[in-house]
Amino acid sequence: MVWLWLGSLLLVPLVGVAAVCVFPARRAKWIALFASTATFAHSIIVAVAFEHWHDGGFGFGAAIPTLQLPKFGIQFEMGVDSVSLLLTLLTTLLMPLCIWGSFSAIKDRVKEYYGWMLAIEAAMIGVFIARDLIFFYVCFEFTLVPMYFLIAVWGSDNRARACTKFFLFTFTGSLIALAGLLYVAWQYQSAYEQWSFAIGELTAFSATHLSGSEQAWVLLALLAGFAVKVPLFPLHTWLPLAHTEAPTAGSVVLAGVLLKLGTYGLYRFVLPMVPEAVIAYAPAIGVISIIGILYAALICWVQDDIKRLVAYSSVSHLGFCVLGLFSLNPLGLQGSVIYMLNHGLSTGALFFLVGMIYERYHTRDMSKLSGLSARMPVWAFFMVFFVLSSVGLPGLNGFIGEFLCLLGAFTASADNATHPGLLGPWYAAVAALGMIFAAMYLLIMVGKVVFGPLVEPVVKAKEHGERLPADLTWREIGVLTPLAVLCLAIGMQPHPLTHAAQGSIDAVLATYPERVRHHLALSGQLAAGSAVDEPEDLGGSGVGGGGDGGRVDG
Amino acid sequence: MAEPASMIDKLWFLIPEIVLFGGVVVVSVMGLARRRIVRDAVPLVVCVFLVAAMAVIPFLYGHDRVFDELGRSRAGLLMPLLGRYVKLVVCAVGILLAMMSVWLTDRKLEAAVASGRARFDPIRVSRGEYFAFFLLSLIGVMLVCNANDLIWLFLALELTSLPTYIMVAISRPSAKALEAAVKYFFLGALSAGMFLYGFALLYGASGTIVLTEMRDVFAEQAAAGGLNSIALIGMLISLLGVSFKIVAVPMHFYAADVYEGAAAPVTAFLAFVPKTAGILAIMLLVSTVGYGGRTAAGIEGLPQPIMVALWMICVLTMTLGNVGALLQRSAKRLLAYSSIAHSGYLLIGIIAGPALGFDAVLFYLLAYGVMNTAAFAVLAGLQRRGEEIESLDDLAGLRARHPAMAVVMALAALSLVGFPPLLGFWGKLSVFIAGVEAGRIALVVIALINSAISAYYYLWLVGLPILAMPNAQSQTVVKSKVVWPRVAAVLAAVAVVVLPFFAQRLLSGSQGVGTPPAQQPLADSQRARADSQ
Repeated sequence: MVWLWLGSLLLVPLVGVAAVCVFPARRAKWIALFASTATFAHSIIVAVAFEHWHDGGFGFGAAIPTLQLPKFGIQFEMGVDSVSLLLTLLTTLLMPLCIWGSFSAIKDRVKEYYGWMLAIEAAMIGVFIARDLIFFYVCFEFTLVPMYFLIAVWGSDNRARACTKFFLFTFTGSLIALAGLLYVAWQYQSAYEQWSFAIGELTAFSATHLSGSEQAWVLLALLAGFAVKVPLFPLHTWLPLAHTEAPTAGSVVLAGVLLKLGTYGLYRFVLPMVPEAVIAYAPAIGVISIIGILYAALICWVQDDIKRLVAYSSVSHLGFCVLGLFSLNPLGLQGSVIYMLNHGLSTGALFFLVGMIYERYHTRDMSKLSGLSARMPVWAFFMVFFVLSSVGLPGLNGFIGEFLCLLGAFTASADNATHPGLLGPWYAAVAALGMIFAAMYLLIMVGKVVFGPLVEPVVKAKEHGERLPADLTWREIGVLTPLAVLCLAIGMQPHPLTHAAQGSIDAVLATYPERVRHHLALSGQLAAGSAVDEPEDLGGSGVGGGGDGGRVDG
Repeated sequence: MAEPASMIDKLWFLIPEIVLFGGVVVVSVMGLARRRIVRDAVPLVVCVFLVAAMAVIPFLYGHDRVFDELGRSRAGLLMPLLGRYVKLVVCAVGILLAMMSVWLTDRKLEAAVASGRARFDPIRVSRGEYFAFFLLSLIGVMLVCNANDLIWLFLALELTSLPTYIMVAISRPSAKALEAAVKYFFLGALSAGMFLYGFALLYGASGTIVLTEMRDVFAEQAAAGGLNSIALIGMLISLLGVSFKIVAVPMHFYAADVYEGAAAPVTAFLAFVPKTAGILAIMLLVSTVGYGGRTAAGIEGLPQPIMVALWMICVLTMTLGNVGALLQRSAKRLLAYSSIAHSGYLLIGIIAGPALGFDAVLFYLLAYGVMNTAAFAVLAGLQRRGEEIESLDDLAGLRARHPAMAVVMALAALSLVGFPPLLGFWGKLSVFIAGVEAGRIALVVIALINSAISAYYYLWLVGLPILAMPNAQSQTVVKSKVVWPRVAAVLAAVAVVVLPFFAQRLLSGSQGVGTPPAQQPLADSQRARADSQ
């Protein structure tokens, strides 16, 4: 019965779905809140009982009984290491808050709404605890359906286009990723004469047995799936639309957890599975994420719609996360993992705050809102707090992640003794501009909306269903407070998190220093062949932008 | 040569067909009965016979019954275990289809009789005939599993198709149905002519009509330096002819018109029964020229020209089906094109060959049968102005007034697109894995792209019923008078959700049934050679 440890994380929300369906509509929200809180409580128990916080191993490994296809080596195997457990905790923490936060916003089709919320919770947890590729894929894909309905039914005006675009983008991407993963599984089958979809085995096999060009193709396929979810620069266009149109809790889920599925996919699959290709393409992906950081930040600057601004800021922020991953050293990966958690907390909270404004004024247009601190001081306090957290004010959580990501990229140069990398100071320097931009657009927004002379749009009485008080209710404060406390706590004491992530990160990075050195030596030889004089200098300059471009092409 | 199989060994496997034939006789008499209650019992009796046939099947395929001491098929079949799985699937889906067809015909006449406006006239009722033809067509598919020579195969294929022409014509009293039937009949006749011609050439090339012997002859030819070109041409023409049955590309153009013209239950029937027969026939045919290569000397997989032809048919079928579906505004036409696309996916499994490939195809057929039936049962279970609903607009906002049907439609569409964790996903996954295992990466990638395209139009079927606002047209949609199509829809939808939990058992049920007994052909052909010397 070991499987129940993690299996209950799926079963409790699913039982909740059934209960929501069965009981009358007025009970639905309480059932959903209870089920999601119970899941959270259980995840805390799992976290306490977890034994591998420091060594990077997997705990609670077990397969769901009866669900298996031995012929293809498929079984629904579960297991968590510290990073996936942290992300599971993020999910189980955010979901009750999302459900609690929707109490006043959702008035029609209540049963369906809370049913979908619990269903998406189960699917997201499934992604993080899956140790079987097909199990992973099933959950990864299944997150689309609840999200599709959440946007399509409870979204705002342009929702039809938003949900279709969201579905088609992500579905197409993950099909391509499936092709890549199937290819790896096939290679495994041809080598060992039996199918296996166990993530651990496939990862180990792929890293050692696939040739460089094969790995490059697999990398591209996987990127198609995960980069759409993250989203990385040219594939991000679905996100602002989906975020803007989704209901508040939908945006929080989307920003808080769904986007992390992409970065988690990069962390769990791309880095360990195709190291050769990762090394070859790391500079290119670094450049793409920097473009994303700056481009999205500039777009944020000119937004009038607050929600859209926060949505684009997600694109910008997750660029840091990807940059940290591809710096291929412990600092960068730690930063990236912490960034995933932080982004879930602070951006999730920002979406809540925007939603609270929208519920009261039915607009998100910055030009129609101003000086709200006079009307809603409590709201204004939280707004400023989370904006500062998102900007990366030292002492709050955002700073740690951003700083570590940048530090990772900065030190990811060829002459790093322990973990040589392929990025370098230049990457970090340019990406750091993104932090400055973030400060500008977020603080400008705060300046306009929170401070200044009071401007409130006139709300027609009939648009108001249940009149909310001017400032936040206790329920809304209750939703925001846990997030705020966590932001502060992580900001003050990040060490437990970095220590916890360390073991898992070491496992992911185990072979990288050696491979990178080998790669650098090879490209150094090539460079030395063309210019005979000073091989050492050339090796050093390979770290900069120009040298990397050449290496990527090669 | 091996001595011909004894009659009793062949008949043994025909017991389910014989049971169903009993059903044909009973039903066609019952349909003419004077008492209303007897006539009304016809669909029930059909289901009883189908259940009886299903109950018999597991007892027929004991190992000793199927194989003799040397491991050869007792009935001289190419794939002796094929029936064990296919017949069960056909009967199970047949029950759903029969439920959909309750009260399909004769409704007006019976109403008139009941109200005393007309007298009962056996000449004018067609219920008995309809269900008799229904069962005959199912018998045809089941006979394809037992085909051990070309003539049997031809007759079984035609027994599958001929009743469907009539079923289309009597499915509803409108000129559209007649037009569809005539189109379907003429093109069907053309295709029958084509594959019969192909069979003749195959006979000419091999000198035998028995499939197992044919395989041995072709294996020897291939070992001696390549297949006879007449054999290749014959095989290609046969494949083109049979592709009519599975609505694959060069013969796909009738699908939209015929599917639209026939009543929804018959359309669902057309999308599953002849397609199954065609796929089985293709499996049998191509097995005679290739695959055996893995066991006999000299050939690797299929001969090049046939492989190329199948590959192109497969790619074009998937692509044209999906692109065509994007352009439709009628739900039935859309599902017709989706049926074309799914034939393409099935062909990937055929190309992948025995073992994984054929097993996956058989599993996929089950999945397709169930989910497709669910979608059509929704169309059959609702009506507008006395006609079953057809256009996508009719589906808009279905949720408000018919929530169960809206959910069924959404589930069926998601399963058709291959969305995890529904049944369709496991079908597609097993076909794709088989394709990858056979090294057909390009084909699988094309299929994945096609799946992505198909997501767009299947999303309409998910979104319209559940999300869209009802429009003036869909406001007038009401439940049809008979509850059974809706029951079939709900049952099929439940199967779509629940069957994945039994995927292991279902897949292992299909395991190996498409595989010819491995070592036999070599031994047979050696003995044949020894005899001729």
